[in-house]
Amino acid sequence: MDYLLTEEQIMVRDLARKIAQGKLKECVAEYDREGKFPWPVMKQLAEADLFGVYIEEKYGGMGAGILELCLVTEELSKVCGGTAVSYAASALGTDPIILFGNEEQKMKYLPDIAAGKKLAAFGLTEPNAGSDAGAIETTARKDGDFYVLNGMKHFITNAGEAEIYTVIAMTDKTKGARGASAFIVEKGTPGFTFGKKEEKLGIRTSATSELIFNECRIPKENLLGKEGMGFVITMKTFDFSRPGVAAQAVGIGQGALDLAVDYAKQRQQFGKPISSFQGVKFMLADMATQVEAARALVYSVARMIDSGNTKVAKESAMAKMYASDVAMKVSTDAVQVFGGYGYMREYPVEKFMRDAKITQIYEGTNQIQRDIIGNNLIKEAMGKK
Amino acid sequence: MNIAVCIKQVPDTTEVRINPETNTLIRDGVASIINPFDTYAIEEALCLRERFGGKVIVLTMGPPQAEAALRETISLGVDEVVLLSDRAFAGSDTLATSYALAQGIRKIGDVDLILCGKQAIDGDTAQVGPGISVWLDIPQVTYVKKIEELREEQEKKMFRVQRMTEEGYDVLDVPLPCLLTVVKEINEPRLPSLKGMMRAKKAEVLKWTAADIGCEDQKIGLDGSPTQVKKIFSPPARPGGEILCGEPAEIAAKLKQYLKGVN
Repeated sequence: MDYLLTEEQIMVRDLARKIAQGKLKECVAEYDREGKFPWPVMKQLAEADLFGVYIEEKYGGMGAGILELCLVTEELSKVCGGTAVSYAASALGTDPIILFGNEEQKMKYLPDIAAGKKLAAFGLTEPNAGSDAGAIETTARKDGDFYVLNGMKHFITNAGEAEIYTVIAMTDKTKGARGASAFIVEKGTPGFTFGKKEEKLGIRTSATSELIFNECRIPKENLLGKEGMGFVITMKTFDFSRPGVAAQAVGIGQGALDLAVDYAKQRQQFGKPISSFQGVKFMLADMATQVEAARALVYSVARMIDSGNTKVAKESAMAKMYASDVAMKVSTDAVQVFGGYGYMREYPVEKFMRDAKITQIYEGTNQIQRDIIGNNLIKEAMGKK
Repeated sequence: MNIAVCIKQVPDTTEVRINPETNTLIRDGVASIINPFDTYAIEEALCLRERFGGKVIVLTMGPPQAEAALRETISLGVDEVVLLSDRAFAGSDTLATSYALAQGIRKIGDVDLILCGKQAIDGDTAQVGPGISVWLDIPQVTYVKKIEELREEQEKKMFRVQRMTEEGYDVLDVPLPCLLTVVKEINEPRLPSLKGMMRAKKAEVLKWTAADIGCEDQKIGLDGSPTQVKKIFSPPARPGGEILCGEPAEIAAKLKQYLKGVN
């Protein structure tokens, strides 16, 4: 399918593809097996200027947008969903600064992120606050020119590896979700440490760990927006970042499909390649169609955001939900095409199935996405009356 | 330190097909790339620039489409690029090519080091690099796998380099200006950056003709090429081996027969 990408977008995509098909492909099996963070690949992405594609030029970026971020994420994801999310999660941690940071905060943090010198991460989830983000327990107490953070975040992507964290904490517990605020916390701040590293089913090359705050004092200048805006910042950030997860899912689907097509061509049974059997061929046809439909949706939403639309919650949720459901289905079917070989770790296809699952869960479970879509539908219908 | 790197644009395949009638490479339908060995020379030049300052200039002799290869080097961070292109160069062998490149380097002037890949993957002659050094009358070291350091002795600057051999490597000191050809063990070439690619689109490619670099007519093109290719052919495929089956004693007996046959 021709998505009418500009010359620059093709450049971005091809450069990411070069890195994915080169260095990343070389080390992916080992890194996945051992749960190692792909620093050599991150370094290449940094040298190629790919961390700055969505950041404004005056902060050292390329001044492009979410579509470019999606193109890079998808290319990485065709080889390794874990590396793709490490890249995209840095954008997730950066989005609150881009969307709500003041000039000073942007000047201080964005250039290093754009240059790939520092990774970012987003800290929202807690043991008792997953889908119910309003239930977070981490607190931020104002103390003169400082805020003092206490509490714990878990399942945080890039934790430990990133230098810059945007963290949601309660400044006023009595107000519920309206009492949450967003802060920038730098690695190395006294009282800020990391907990246990999670052993995961998939995206094993990505780092997932706990953020622990124990009387962690940060300057009051590190507050993003105003006190009480934490929940709004979170929702807006997700509206912008969900296409990234959706692109990761498209990449996983495409990567699994490519492997399945290749295998079906060469695997002989009953004296013929299995691709000549309708049962297999029709499966491949469905898989390819689903991946393409997901990609078309994701690119459209990314373009919608890049053209300046800010009311994108519904479309963004649709892209994330649909693409991740497709990734799960297509990668499962790809393993099926491989038969018994597909179930073996020795073959690369099972990794795609393991990596796909998380895309249905994080950045809002697909049940939450349906909730967002449904609520927006009803709101729109009320508006028409 | 100013460094000139000579590169060649080659077909993107190691399975080069040859036209049996003309004994020349069939380039139709094959994408062109920078000769992979030259990418190590470019990388080394960029690393040396990072250490010692100066600029990196890349030259190639070739048809107008070789400009694409030069632009690619700009995306890697090269400062200037020069295309030597002229119908008069057509048919040049390694001697005539090395002459033209040497003339190009003379025109650039202030060059401390010339780097080349050890050979091109299409012709595989490994002659152009050394040829340039002879035309320029400067020292050369081929198959360099490491540039250890820049030394200064009696006010003479020299590089200490490792030259790969079949058994190991030689350590040599070579005074500047000099020419080195490099092997792939020397470094890991970088990828282009987005900013570099943007720059490459707009960058100026200097284009010099034979006259611009003061080439003597009889030293370039077919007239300047003593090499005559009589025939080029692909080596015949190796005959397949045979797997001996059966009881060990049987196999041993068969093997003995074979060995006797060979003797």
